Amino acid sequence: MADISINFAGIKSPNPYWLASAPPTNTGYQVQRAFEAGWGGAVWKTLGEPILNVTSRFGAHHFNGQRVAGFNNIELISDRPLEVNLKEIYETKKMYPNHVIIASLMVEPKREKWHEIVKKVQDVGVDGIELNLGCPHGMSERGMGSAIGQHPDLVEMTTMYAKEAAEVPVITKLTPNITDIRATAKAAVRGGADAVSMINTINSLVGVDLDTWNPVPNVNGQGAHGGYCGPAVKPIALNMVGDCARNPEINIPISGIGGISTWQDTVEFMLMGAGGVQICTAAMHHGFRIIEDLTEGLSNYLDEKGIDSLSDIIGASVEKYTDWSDLDLNHKVVARINNDICINCNKCHIACEDTSHQCIDILTDENGNDYLKVREDDCVGCNLCSIVCPVDGAIDMIDLTPTEPPMSWNNRQSAIQMLQNADS
Amino acid sequence: MSDLLKNLISVGHKNFEEAKPSFNSQEALDEANRCLYCYDAPCITACPTGIDIPSFIKKIASGNMKGSATTIMEANPVGASCARVCPTEELCEGACVLNHSTKAIPIGDLQRYATDWAIKNEQVLFKAGEKNGKHIAIVGSGPAGLSAARELARLGYEVTIYEGKSEPGGLDTFGIVPFRLPKEISLWEAEQVEKLGVTICTNMEVGKDIFADDLIENYDAVILAIGMSKVPMIGIEGEDLDGVYDAIDLVERTKNGIYEEEFIGKRVAVIGAGNTAIDGATTSVRLGAENVKILYRRTEKEMTAYDFEYEFAKQDGVEFRWLTNPKRLISDENGHVKQMECVRMELQSAESDGRPRPVEVEGSEFLMDVDIVVKAIGQTRHMKMIESFGLEHNGGVVKVDENTLITSNPKVYAAGDVIFGKGIGEAMVVSAAQQGKETALSIHQRFKETLAERV
Repeated sequence: MADISINFAGIKSPNPYWLASAPPTNTGYQVQRAFEAGWGGAVWKTLGEPILNVTSRFGAHHFNGQRVAGFNNIELISDRPLEVNLKEIYETKKMYPNHVIIASLMVEPKREKWHEIVKKVQDVGVDGIELNLGCPHGMSERGMGSAIGQHPDLVEMTTMYAKEAAEVPVITKLTPNITDIRATAKAAVRGGADAVSMINTINSLVGVDLDTWNPVPNVNGQGAHGGYCGPAVKPIALNMVGDCARNPEINIPISGIGGISTWQDTVEFMLMGAGGVQICTAAMHHGFRIIEDLTEGLSNYLDEKGIDSLSDIIGASVEKYTDWSDLDLNHKVVARINNDICINCNKCHIACEDTSHQCIDILTDENGNDYLKVREDDCVGCNLCSIVCPVDGAIDMIDLTPTEPPMSWNNRQSAIQMLQNADS
Repeated sequence: MSDLLKNLISVGHKNFEEAKPSFNSQEALDEANRCLYCYDAPCITACPTGIDIPSFIKKIASGNMKGSATTIMEANPVGASCARVCPTEELCEGACVLNHSTKAIPIGDLQRYATDWAIKNEQVLFKAGEKNGKHIAIVGSGPAGLSAARELARLGYEVTIYEGKSEPGGLDTFGIVPFRLPKEISLWEAEQVEKLGVTICTNMEVGKDIFADDLIENYDAVILAIGMSKVPMIGIEGEDLDGVYDAIDLVERTKNGIYEEEFIGKRVAVIGAGNTAIDGATTSVRLGAENVKILYRRTEKEMTAYDFEYEFAKQDGVEFRWLTNPKRLISDENGHVKQMECVRMELQSAESDGRPRPVEVEGSEFLMDVDIVVKAIGQTRHMKMIESFGLEHNGGVVKVDENTLITSNPKVYAAGDVIFGKGIGEAMVVSAAQQGKETALSIHQRFKETLAERV
């Protein structure tokens, strides 16, 4: 069986699955239940100055009968006294020494405040510290969370404050509510971070109630923007992880967060450079028991692929993630419909006809039965038909034999440049 | 039996409540979301009335229930009844592309869910057109008649329906067992039509209360949508004994809340194996019969009942005796049937209609003890009425022009079961509904030009 343990920035974890800092890690009771279920680690609900919360707090985006395509919250950091949290962290770590406990921290951007809280959590035995510079709601209005995380200089400074007092690894957690996350990731590196984690939640308003016209969720009829997470944000998070992983200046481990719900998601994040993952929404949707499939599925996948250790796949796809200008303009893919498998729902036809390149025809065979066929000469290989197709295997995207050598936009431009230089 | 007693029995007879529960909203949503929303969907083509099924299902999924019910009822004015009685496995659900990958969408149940919503929320889904001054008489308020009336009213015609029975709806109201189609469903459909200004005159029998000639004289066009009549005589000895029932009559009585007490604990033999026989048999079970057998002179393979009807009967514990035919009914001392002499049959090569011919096996007669016999060997035609209109017909099947649905009298149109038979069309509620629509369009086609001139 493959080894799915990880060593993330020097923190050893029995598996790559940590519960993200959020409601599931609010108490010792919960974290102990999670460890009992098999979670490798937990990033404790963010500690700081005690706050007050509101009700209600959560909203979700449901899609075509699927619950929780996306999830939104306006809950703040821990509303329990710091001492209680510290005591429970201490007890939990004692009970589960082989599991990882990371303290998520958020205080005002003052050196002494960071030194003070870093020392307090270190004293109760945490394995690492995560700086919450990403929470986009509530705390940001008080100059913390994403208010810090949106300023590279403040990210650098805060990371530095924490590092000055820290004896355990420091992970700087980044907000996606920024034009280019690489700017703050680099700042974290400059501040001395041992790792970065991403993404925190995305600014969101999950809905408006059609009867009351209240925002969702609402507090006495009013709403405020929350933080969006869950399956819908996975592609955004994956891109940010990939973009940081392929940047040579961001040469520290990345903890992947954002919509990870399955072992497949985990593999994708790790291939794209994550050294481990954090999960929240999936656990909030289904409970801690999902860890069984997360670990088993991951392990079976590695076995099937003949890979001994999970560490071997970290970043394996990073070099395949590049700039558009490096993509091969001469590569040609076309759709091919397998009429034996096709169930004739015609969704590919109408999608192509109305919204793409009008190259899927509905034809009639000699028995009078309709069948679908791609006019390959007109097909641009966009994938739309195979995306809307409800039956696996009914549409294949086929790589055509190249007729010309690969040429990217960059290749093309430099070739043109060379020709022009030669002419002049 | 006194009226009071009848009422007491009829109130809340649980066996006759609708057998199949309706979808709850979660079931409906789950199934609606499973629909692929096919383009040029085969379910639409398979529906005789061409309901835009993916569209009405999508509307259920989005919560647009009024839109969903409107899409259904627009194409099929008796869409609430059809949701319950259509052989969906052979029509829309049979054509569902998901049959090739997972399992078909339960279109009938979703249609019922959407139309039930309209019924519960007392929706009026359509508006009458501006009056165009033409008057149309429709004889019969069954699926074909109602459907024609609804479409004509929307086109601005003044429509009067003459119905022989006490309530409108025809077959849907009186001829389909209440545990499959409660009366209130078809009465709602009739009410929807009335709300467009259509007058439905009940208890008006042609030939008694009103006359064919007067209708032809007084209206711009007449539509004959009178369906079919009672079960014919089998032509065997003892058919007039007490305890011998006509299945159609039996169903009609239960629809009216009259539950024959005679069936309790008795042995019932139902003769025939069409959908009416199944209705007769399952009604007998629900009336408390101890044992119910269906006797059919051919085999399971040739029976005309829909598969789901056959299944339904089997689940009700109905027994089937194939290749068995009654020869005579034997009376007890009080003139009540007590035995039936039957004979075994065998099948020989196909008749002209393609069905194998049953012949008696010589000397195979045997006696069967029975307390009640229910006849369900088909339906007779309203011959007198058809002849009173002077229409050409083939054994009661009124001849029409295929395209215009005009009979041998150019002022008289015909639709529904009255033109079904002898290999033409399908005796389905949904087909009758479609013919009603087509008749209305045909009439409009005829008057359209003169109406335009008038304006």
